[in-house]
Amino acid sequence: MIKFKLNGRDVSLDVPEDTPLLWAIRDDLGLTGTKFGCGVGQCGACTVHVGGRATRSCITPVSAVEGADVVTIEGLDPNGEHVLQVAWRDIQVPQCGYCQSGQIMQAASLLKDYPDPTDEDIDGVMGGSLCRCMTYIRIRKAIKQAAAAMKSAENGGEHSHG
Amino acid sequence: MIKRILGVGVGAGILGGLGFLWYAWYPALPKIDPPKASQFSAEKIERGRIVAAESYCVECHTRQDGHAGPTLAGDYKMVSPFGAIYSSNITPDPETGIGNWSEDAFRRALQLGVSRDGSHLLPAFVYDHFTKMSDADISDLYAWIMTRPAVHMTHRQNDFPLSVTPRIGLAGWKLLYFTPGRYKPDPKHDAEWNRGAYLAEGAAHCGACHTPRGLLGAEKLPGYAYDGGAVDGWTAPPLNEKNPTPVVWTENELYQYLRNGVAPLHGPAGGPMSPVAHDFLATVPESDVHAIAHYFASVDHADERVAGDAAAIKQAMEDSKRDLIGFNTDPDARLYQGACAACHYNAAPAPVLGRPELALNSALWLDEPTDLYLIMMRGLSNKEGQTGVAMPSFYNALSDHDMARIAAYLRRTRTNMPPWTDLDRKAAEARKLVEEPPVNSSH
Repeated sequence: MIKFKLNGRDVSLDVPEDTPLLWAIRDDLGLTGTKFGCGVGQCGACTVHVGGRATRSCITPVSAVEGADVVTIEGLDPNGEHVLQVAWRDIQVPQCGYCQSGQIMQAASLLKDYPDPTDEDIDGVMGGSLCRCMTYIRIRKAIKQAAAAMKSAENGGEHSHG
Repeated sequence: MIKRILGVGVGAGILGGLGFLWYAWYPALPKIDPPKASQFSAEKIERGRIVAAESYCVECHTRQDGHAGPTLAGDYKMVSPFGAIYSSNITPDPETGIGNWSEDAFRRALQLGVSRDGSHLLPAFVYDHFTKMSDADISDLYAWIMTRPAVHMTHRQNDFPLSVTPRIGLAGWKLLYFTPGRYKPDPKHDAEWNRGAYLAEGAAHCGACHTPRGLLGAEKLPGYAYDGGAVDGWTAPPLNEKNPTPVVWTENELYQYLRNGVAPLHGPAGGPMSPVAHDFLATVPESDVHAIAHYFASVDHADERVAGDAAAIKQAMEDSKRDLIGFNTDPDARLYQGACAACHYNAAPAPVLGRPELALNSALWLDEPTDLYLIMMRGLSNKEGQTGVAMPSFYNALSDHDMARIAAYLRRTRTNMPPWTDLDRKAAEARKLVEEPPVNSSH
């Protein structure tokens, strides 16, 4: 029995230890927001967070997250109002949408490490997340808009304290 | 004249032989009834727990291959160049464990490498280090061991030759390579340094993996202490100034690594080093881990070398973004970008914790690519390295040739070391070391 936390909820699974985390999330736990893309950790569509860090779930064995905190697109924000999700909707980033949950999860982890990302930071971190519809320009724009929104929220916060 | 020389020769031979027998022979010590838990105080048992954690007893006395065995019941497989050795049961079971060993017998085993029955123990049991442990620590350790649950279990048969031939042969090995004796404090250094040295050289037996071994398996001492060694297919990097990473292992880097399994600049502990931090050194007094870090910062002359770190970090931050910015057609760089960069990209001023900076990590700077390959193939579970986060396993994702391309690419773009050779073959060899694929998409 393998136990971990999925979107804040305790889950336990009776699956072989070498089952990919993606299989466990989609097939056994029924959360299908996370997508299967290439299956070899080369496209980013399956990106989830493990311990807050973007992780390719298609090549991560479920045994490796025993006891860990796993968050999928469904759990990024309880109301789907994460600053990135707001920006994504606002800019209408997706075309077909298949890679987008992976893009958003990767971007969320980018903003955690680099709250005010440069173009280089975005290229460096997002370069492994592929989009066949070529929405890259809108992804970049949305990340910057989200970063700006985070910053103004923070400044606003400081104001209200001051 | 010839007779006389012969006579002297024979005489010397007989004397030498008798001397060797005198050296080699130890009596069996009497069996005792297993001690009762009530005869040890709770404080003593707790001190013993700490000694045991600082000696990693559980690690090598608990089966791990195939299926996990009961704690301390032995049957842990150690692969030596001479054959496989399976560790002994050290639970207090009287028949298959050490339940009828007195404290004297237990102490003799650690300090002299002799079993209760008088036979010599294989040096896979690192009595060359444990001999430095104090009687008091061994007494506490005895109390802890003897109050663990007894498990009736025998280990698999060794295929090590000296396990079947008369063990007296081992006395010859000891004569050559084993110097019994407690740790002697060095008055030139302070108490913390001496505490660290006592632990590192004795109980914690760091040299067992980090000092190279000679033809007969003994650590090459003196002269090669902490020059780096090999363990379970991994390279154990040098712990002295020969450590090749561009930033120095300072006392803080060492402490973070030993205590938490991850150092801010050097990255996470993988392979056999991960349990040293997580299962053992995370559970002992902080002051002991500080002492070990303090000692190794002295062994590697960190203070004298640390001045170059700022420039090395700056360089690494430049290298980290290389080929990732804008359009790039180098297929090796593209492979790296797809598989690795999202998690390993860093930007000035310093690496982010959780983004191990490959340009600063030992794996890229060692003479062989083995550690890099093993970590790519196995990944890291959330219990290894940095707690809570995981690295995927590329075992089924990248071919040997893809791994070789990434290894060659990183070596040529992130280090100033000579290229690794024979990378495809070495990737295939590393793959063989990973007995079971960590992740299997065929479910």
